[in-house]
Amino acid sequence: MGDVLVFAEHRGGHFPKTTLIAVNAGLEMARKRGGQCIAVLSGEGATAAAAEIAKYGPSKVIVLDHPKLAHYLADAAAQALADLAKKTGAETVLATATAMGKDLMPRLAARLGAPMASEIIAINDDGTMVRPMYAGNALATIELDGPVRVVTVRGTAFDAAKPADVAAPIETVTPELDAASLKMEFVGFNEIKSDRPQLTEARIVVSGGRGLKSGDNFKTVLEPLVDEMGAAMGASRAAVDAGFVPNDLQVGQTGKVVAPELYVAVGISGAIQHLAGMKDSKTIVAINKDEEAPIFGVADYGLVADLFKAVPEMVEEVKKLKH
Amino acid sequence: MKILVPVKRVPDPATTIRVLPDGSGIATDNVKWVINPFDEIAIEEALRIKEKQGSGEVVLISVGQTAWQEQLRTGLAMGADRAILVKADNPLDTLAIARVIAKVASDEKPELIIIGKQAIDDDSNQIGQMLAEMLGWPQATFASKVELAGEKCTVVREVDGGLETVAFPMPAVITTDLRLNEPRYASLPGIMKARKKPLNEIAVDSLGVDLTPKLKIKTLKAPEKRQAGRKVASVEELVQVLHTEAKVI
Ligand SMILES: Cc1cc2nc3c(=O)[nH]c(=O)nc-3n(C[C@@H](O)[C@H](O)[C@H](O)COP(=O)(O)OP(=O)(O)OC[C@H]3O[C@@H](n4cnc5c(N)ncnc54)[C@H](O)[C@@H]3O)c2cc1C
Ligand SMILES: Cc1cc2nc3c(=O)[nH]c(=O)nc-3n(C[C@H](O)[C@H](O)[C@H](O)COP(=O)(O)OP(=O)(O)OC[C@H]3O[C@@H](n4cnc5c(N)ncnc54)[C@H](O)[C@@H]3O)c2cc1C
Repeated sequence: MGDVLVFAEHRGGHFPKTTLIAVNAGLEMARKRGGQCIAVLSGEGATAAAAEIAKYGPSKVIVLDHPKLAHYLADAAAQALADLAKKTGAETVLATATAMGKDLMPRLAARLGAPMASEIIAINDDGTMVRPMYAGNALATIELDGPVRVVTVRGTAFDAAKPADVAAPIETVTPELDAASLKMEFVGFNEIKSDRPQLTEARIVVSGGRGLKSGDNFKTVLEPLVDEMGAAMGASRAAVDAGFVPNDLQVGQTGKVVAPELYVAVGISGAIQHLAGMKDSKTIVAINKDEEAPIFGVADYGLVADLFKAVPEMVEEVKKLKH
Repeated sequence: MKILVPVKRVPDPATTIRVLPDGSGIATDNVKWVINPFDEIAIEEALRIKEKQGSGEVVLISVGQTAWQEQLRTGLAMGADRAILVKADNPLDTLAIARVIAKVASDEKPELIIIGKQAIDDDSNQIGQMLAEMLGWPQATFASKVELAGEKCTVVREVDGGLETVAFPMPAVITTDLRLNEPRYASLPGIMKARKKPLNEIAVDSLGVDLTPKLKIKTLKAPEKRQAGRKVASVEELVQVLHTEAKVI
């Protein structure tokens, strides 16, 4: 009764913090629904990742083993997970709303004929959930009907699971897949390598906008500040569209949602779509030459200045703190 | 090649959204309605494929009220060939909307469905993936590049940590991301022509699809407003307050 299957995302055995967030949200859901939390993994490296996940509090870890699951593809993963959901009689299947979670879970919901709630930020005791709509300008209390339901959680709204006293048992299951119906093929992954912290995991995020004017300026002006602060780098849509930085740095309603302890917005006007991705940060700083810029409306500390002068100065001031 | 493009009517992205005091919805007076921006990108991509191939048909579909004709006409003015409005007077959940579109797709038999990744009002990011499963088709979500060669489709996707490439035979579902293209504006001759293009209406009840809502929105409320802080006079002061007051560096 009330069991929760948590899709534990990993790449080659390594998992991001968002996976532990899914486990923790799964544990909370299971507690409130009177069931168990079972973590599920598949793909190359799953066994290694399963041994780690088992230490974070689930009742059980299941590794789905099938050659068609070696590399994640939505069609095979949805079939395998649906098969498992039926076998286990789970009430909820849950993942974090990462790119993979967003890709997979609606397909799974359709396969199960189950309703799905996207990017929930709270689980209420009465079984209802809360999710933002309209770029975070409305919070909806929603209810999902039926014996099984699908949920993604917003990574910023739940903490990561903590190590537990005992490790959960690990079980390997071979799902039944209709191989003839699986037509997707993985061709390649062009990884953007970076030594910086992950945008969604960093304690500090420094983001740049159109005000930086070029990709070169991101490198020569903004990056020194990012690195001096040990921060992750983010960007507005305008900066990504202009090709200044890669797409995976976009913060906002239709990019990544972040809530670090400190968010520094440099040369960003503060459109509602951008605010939707960062307004839950603990402390917000805005540096903008236009004192009317909407970003100042959410900033704890605003500096009206030319960024090309202010940012290099800030690098020096932060350096001084360290000495 | 026939391409089906679902279209949703949404408030203009620049609209300030206000939740009604009774929590039943949002205030819609003074709202300017537009095509969901991701659907404009989908229409543009479909038109480019048709133009490149020199033949084909781009069909729009909406599941909504009579007023949605306005957005369908705009899509026709961009260059789509015809439109279908499945008339539904009550809002449906994502599963039901996907079932309706899947039913129409099984009659229309397009080679591709190109659809926005997310509606900028309800923000679910679900319908494309649901459609793909209901039809038993491959899917490529968050597309930033689409290439067709014969029966095969290769798509570059915007994912966490980089760009992923997947390939599959058609028919298939592709969901659009922001960098796929820059949609054209409807031209004046386009707007004139659009008036004469077919826009068929179907009653949703005539499709024999299960519409029972399984996701219920109970209430809406406005989030707590973040208070603006204060301006600092210099970089030196900024770094000091971050250190001593906010204690974040
Ligand atoms: C007053 C009111 C009450 C509501 N009550 C409920 C409720 O009780 N339960 C509930 O689930 N929802 C409710 N909704 C919202 C509901 O109608 C959503 O629009 C629906 O759930 C689709 O979600 P989405 O647009 O976020 O989908 P997404 O998955 O984000 O949309 C992706 C794409 O699907 C396509 N698409 C979406 N909707 C349509 C459509 N209608 N026609 C054609 N293409 C479309 C578009 O191409 C879009 O880009 C309510 C809405 C209103 C205004
Ligand atoms: C469907 C849709 C989805 C979207 N999704 C997102 C999203 O997820 N994330 C997102 O960010 N946006 C998103 N947007 C775009 C959003 O509406 C804004 O257009 C965008 O955020 C603007 O980026 P910006 O602030 O960098 O640029 P601008 O609005 O052009 O602002 C640049 C700012 O830099 C300042 N500036 C310029 N020069 C200097 C200088 N020398 N020193 C100091 N300041 C300077 C200016 O005063 C200005 O305030 C979306 C839009 C749509 C329609």
